[in-house]
Amino acid sequence: MNAIVFDIKHFAIHDGPGIRSSIFLKGCPLSCWWCHNPESRAKGAQKLDFDFKGSRSLGWETSAEELLEAVEKDRMFYEESGGGVTFTGGEPLLQAGFLIEATRLFKAVDLHLTLDTTGYASSKVFQKAVQWIDLVLFDLKMMDEQKHFKYTGVSNKPILENLEYLVSQNKEVHIRFPMIPGINDDQENLTNMCEYLLKFQTIQRIHLLPYHKIAAGKYHQLGFENKMDGIDEPNDAKVQKVKTIIESYGFQVVIG
Amino acid sequence: MTEFYQSQEAKGLSVPMLRAKAFHYLMSNKTIYIGDDELIIGERGPAPQQTPTYPEVCIHSLDDLKKIDERPKVSFKVSKETKRVFKEKLIPYWDGRSQRDRIFSVLPQEWKDAYAAGVFTEFLEQRAPGHTVLGDVIYHEGFKDIRCRIQKEIDAIDYFKDRKAMDRLEELKAMLVSLDAVSVFAKRHVHKLKQYREQEPNEQRRQELDKMIRVSEHIPENKPSDFWEALQYYWYVHQGVITELNPWDSFNPGRLDQHLNPFYQKALQSQTYSAEEMRELLQAFWVKFNNHPSPPKTGVTAQESNTFTDFALINLGGLKADGSDAVNEMSYLLLDVIEEMRILQPSSMVQLSKKNPDRFIKRALKVVKTGFGQPSIFNTDAIIQELLNQGKDIVDARNGGASGCVETGAFGTEAYILTGYFNLAKVLELSLNNGYDFRTEKQLGPKTGDAKNFNSFDELLRAWKTQMDYFINLKIKGNNIIENMWAKYMPAPFLSVFIADCIANGMDYNAGGARYNTSYIQGVGLGSITDSLSALKQHVFEDQKLNMIDFLALLKSDFEEAEEFRTYLLNNTPKYGNDDDRADDIMREVFETFYQAVNGRPTAKGGHFRINLLPTTSHVYFGSVIGALPDGRKAGKPLSEGISPFQGADRKGPTAVIKSAAKIDHLRTGGTLLNQKFTPALLADEVGIEQVKNLIRTYFKMDGHHIQFNVVTAETLRKAKKEPEAHRDLIVRVAGYSDYFIELTDELQDEIIRRTEHSEF
Repeated sequence: MNAIVFDIKHFAIHDGPGIRSSIFLKGCPLSCWWCHNPESRAKGAQKLDFDFKGSRSLGWETSAEELLEAVEKDRMFYEESGGGVTFTGGEPLLQAGFLIEATRLFKAVDLHLTLDTTGYASSKVFQKAVQWIDLVLFDLKMMDEQKHFKYTGVSNKPILENLEYLVSQNKEVHIRFPMIPGINDDQENLTNMCEYLLKFQTIQRIHLLPYHKIAAGKYHQLGFENKMDGIDEPNDAKVQKVKTIIESYGFQVVIG
Repeated sequence: MTEFYQSQEAKGLSVPMLRAKAFHYLMSNKTIYIGDDELIIGERGPAPQQTPTYPEVCIHSLDDLKKIDERPKVSFKVSKETKRVFKEKLIPYWDGRSQRDRIFSVLPQEWKDAYAAGVFTEFLEQRAPGHTVLGDVIYHEGFKDIRCRIQKEIDAIDYFKDRKAMDRLEELKAMLVSLDAVSVFAKRHVHKLKQYREQEPNEQRRQELDKMIRVSEHIPENKPSDFWEALQYYWYVHQGVITELNPWDSFNPGRLDQHLNPFYQKALQSQTYSAEEMRELLQAFWVKFNNHPSPPKTGVTAQESNTFTDFALINLGGLKADGSDAVNEMSYLLLDVIEEMRILQPSSMVQLSKKNPDRFIKRALKVVKTGFGQPSIFNTDAIIQELLNQGKDIVDARNGGASGCVETGAFGTEAYILTGYFNLAKVLELSLNNGYDFRTEKQLGPKTGDAKNFNSFDELLRAWKTQMDYFINLKIKGNNIIENMWAKYMPAPFLSVFIADCIANGMDYNAGGARYNTSYIQGVGLGSITDSLSALKQHVFEDQKLNMIDFLALLKSDFEEAEEFRTYLLNNTPKYGNDDDRADDIMREVFETFYQAVNGRPTAKGGHFRINLLPTTSHVYFGSVIGALPDGRKAGKPLSEGISPFQGADRKGPTAVIKSAAKIDHLRTGGTLLNQKFTPALLADEVGIEQVKNLIRTYFKMDGHHIQFNVVTAETLRKAKKEPEAHRDLIVRVAGYSDYFIELTDELQDEIIRRTEHSEF
């Protein structure tokens, strides 16, 4: 089975522990307003009639074996640093069949595997997809289902279910909360989120990812509508305020 | 110097005695400078930031002086009076007599042609061999003790059997005179200090002056008894070495944390000095190095090493003589001082052994991130193996380190001389043109065949190897001639006193007196030649996209109207720096050829030739003498530097660069230089520091010799935005992740430029 990948990043140091190689799988069922990788949304490789990041195509087809060869090159760095490989996207679960095949293959050679996911998939698919995964970086965007629908295009029900499954399996999970001004940084959402997470003894740390306008240019280049026009990046004070609120529930907060 | 050489006293002296007495004359007569509030004293020139010239080595012409005065970079002000003295006194006497004139008068014409064409440079044509580092002798012996040792050797000379008895006697006598010279120099400082003491209104400064008088009355005659004396003693010795001749890489205390820590601990225990006072003394010591620009260079030498830096490289960390972890309190204190001082000189480095704690390297990285390129980071375990491979004793190896840029040496026991850069890529250009150089319009090398008739990549490689052997031979021939001339005409008796075993051998440092004698030839352009060979292999011999005739025509036209093909070359050639064996195997072959041509061949001093891979600024000069290269590099542009990939050739991030670089067999070199660029944001948090530390540890596990991190400034980023092609390798931290700068959108590039400006100091 082959996959469509749109990037492989070596020396990734913020996608899980240690020095990692991140594999970006193409395609995402969500359409978050603040998405940093709008080029990754569409499934399948794409030809462009303009230059994007020095190339006229988005994504290429590759096999799990080829990917393994690419990431094996950095094995010494993983072993020195306690790193490994991270599957990210897009939404890797969208290519679940491939993900299962690749993770089984990678696990057989003792690589530490991280999945960076929105958590959006049917529970059947999700449970199979995470079986070889050591650590899940799990995005939790907002608790209100209607709002979630509005800003991401999908319901958060399956997402929460899948998170609960991970916890029940004692999988290591790092919650990632993208802090988007005016969308999910209100007191209500923060309270709901923290109270919800308190149920899970194993979740102690939350990564707070303040919104960046870094993708604005990409929307422009790709001719996509940018719904975030006019929304500014949160300043330090605002980020600190949210951090304090989350910390007041006893969570450890890491920014970035 | 000139006065002495012309005096009655100089007549009839042996060469070593002539040199020693001239040195004595200089130390007895040169201006004594003691600055307000200085704690460590002694200047090379009449005042800080001034430098003498060394007419006996290289007499500058009036034209040189004009250039040195007026050039936009690395200039020295030359007064009218100086010019008058040169014209009326110095030039008439030294012209034709200086070491430089002597050397050029005996070198063979083919050597001069290759030199003029930029195939290699020559370090010893206007500066003296030096490149060495002091061991621990001065912390255990005063001049008195050393004189005893010399006298014993004089008494032991065997006038019956030893054919060199008289040479030894003269050399040892010269050593005694040279020690006296520096004693006089110290006494003159005491005298001046006492004068200042008389006039000093400020009580606190009077106390300092009293202490300084006591220090300089005690050392250098006696071994240092405290921290201050240790520093001041070193500094007098430093003055002696750099006044006696103008040695490359000035001089250097080497493993400073090892040498000073006992004095530091003793002072704390006996409460002689507080930690704060010792920190201030170290700062004063740092300023002294920074006061000393390297003496003015001219001609090719100025181009290969175009800098004021005089390459004193302080070593921290590493291993002790017994093989245990050498990091101590002084290592950390010195890192503090380096961070606080933020000055160009002295350079600093940390030696990192697998036995050193992570805390040490992380502290060093925190200094690196402040952004002035220091300290650089070296692999102690590799250095030791390199030295062992060269036949050194393990204790001498552990007491060694790196000096200059990255050169491996056994401190205090080895004369290791850089003899010149060697232009690997130029030799390829010559191989493509049947040994003919179009720039100087001369047949420089052997006729290895018309490249148009090469039927395989192997034929091309064979031609290049034949040219390599020829030019390396030529370089070595020149080196041996020049080394002989230094041994014969320019001994350095004072330096010889401090490098074992010059005294025991009764032989000069410049004549092979040291325990170990190594001469290095430094290869330049490894990335450029690899990528160029790779391009020819791929596009001419494998894909046959272009035949050799057309390819050579394109090179000759500097890719005129062939920008599209040039872009194709840049984007579709396997290149060094991407962990791609198609390119890296070629690199290995280049390395092997260079290594086999040089390594182990005997030098004129009884030592061996070795290789290392470092450029200083020669990759710019060497690039300027080469036309367009098959890798797509345009005529005259710089070559790749050290073992770093060609600028922009590496596109897979730092791990791939390190993997490629680790395919070099570092342990068979005497040093390699790898540069990595980053924006300050990469090291902004603990995660960044931790992972960069792991990156280094991994490289060193693979026997990498050295890595340095250059902080990218906003100015560089602006340049990268304008010329993306030359900055393909530039990685920046965006937000929680890193990306290639040139691939970011305009807006984001601007944003990062602003952010970088913000975090600059």
